[in-house]
Amino acid sequence: MSMATMDNAGARTSTSHIDWTPYLAGTGIGVLSWIAFAVAKDPIGVTTAYGRLAGEAAIPFLGADTVATNTYWKAAPFALDYGVLFLVGIMLGAFVSAIVSGTFKIELVPEVWKAEIGTSVWKRFAYAFFGGVIIMYGARLAGGCTSGHGISGGLQLAVSSWLFLAVMFATGLIASAFLFAKKI
Amino acid sequence: MTDVFAPGSIILALLIGAAFGALLHRGRVTSCNVIENQFRLKDYTVLKVMLTAIIVGGVGVMFLADPNLVKYAVKDTNLLGVALGAGIFGVGMVFYGYCPGTGLAAIATGSVHALVGALGMIVGGVLFALSFDWVKANILTVGAYGKIRLPDITGISSPVWFAGLALVAIVFFVWAERQQNR
Repeated sequence: MSMATMDNAGARTSTSHIDWTPYLAGTGIGVLSWIAFAVAKDPIGVTTAYGRLAGEAAIPFLGADTVATNTYWKAAPFALDYGVLFLVGIMLGAFVSAIVSGTFKIELVPEVWKAEIGTSVWKRFAYAFFGGVIIMYGARLAGGCTSGHGISGGLQLAVSSWLFLAVMFATGLIASAFLFAKKI
Repeated sequence: MTDVFAPGSIILALLIGAAFGALLHRGRVTSCNVIENQFRLKDYTVLKVMLTAIIVGGVGVMFLADPNLVKYAVKDTNLLGVALGAGIFGVGMVFYGYCPGTGLAAIATGSVHALVGALGMIVGGVLFALSFDWVKANILTVGAYGKIRLPDITGISSPVWFAGLALVAIVFFVWAERQQNR
């Protein structure tokens, strides 16, 4: 894929010489979901476990009692179990893939952000942090994210998941138009 | 350590998680540029990866479900909760530049801003837990239809749905490739 191999100056970008087509990666994720369903009996998903991780992380700030008596965390207590280790696995796999392909790179501000919005690290961090807060709130409110709803739910033809996909792409398009016109 | 390949096995979690993380990276969706440019309609990689995964995954799971080798795990259709949550999620994805899974994967490829967003995700998870009682009583009850699938509400069978989806996807992929080669 010519598009993926080089940027304008021929220098490496963070994903510059990964030459898998998106279709190959998508097929791989599809086949992996068969294994997740049939062997692990647990569809691919991220934010259910992340919400439980948040409970553990909140203990120093909210106190162990508040976390222990919270309705949400009582139903979904933290443990180093399948869901949480799955998150560790995601990071391990991406790390190995980045190292093997020579694309590991410390990045503070991504290229598209530098070109269209600005080079300020703190501004990028502020948007990333606030975006992180609301993306997780939204994911927990909806019951899943792009993995749990988008892929695992979408492939089951779940009504909730296709509603999720349609709405999140729509608001994403609107937010993107405002952000890249520098109106927000 | 009982059985490595038994449900709940942490070795299995690490293996499937690692394969997922590597595939996200190979699909280039761990790049903030790729995700932002999807919402700017300048790069269709995200949709190509997702649609392919949904169709390949869905057809396989459909065949496995018939002889009861897999059980569907459909999420609840709480119309208001899903719509509101998804609406907030789309905005968050554009601000963060990642979704939760690709954000975690991106941290491991050296993205420091992905790590900053992941700390924000902890805060978001805490805020949700603290507001959960109210949300459950007032939002998750609106339009609650339970675990329903498109074939249930349309009367159109799963194979027909996937044939239609595949057709739409192929037309879209051809169009997207032409756009990109311009």
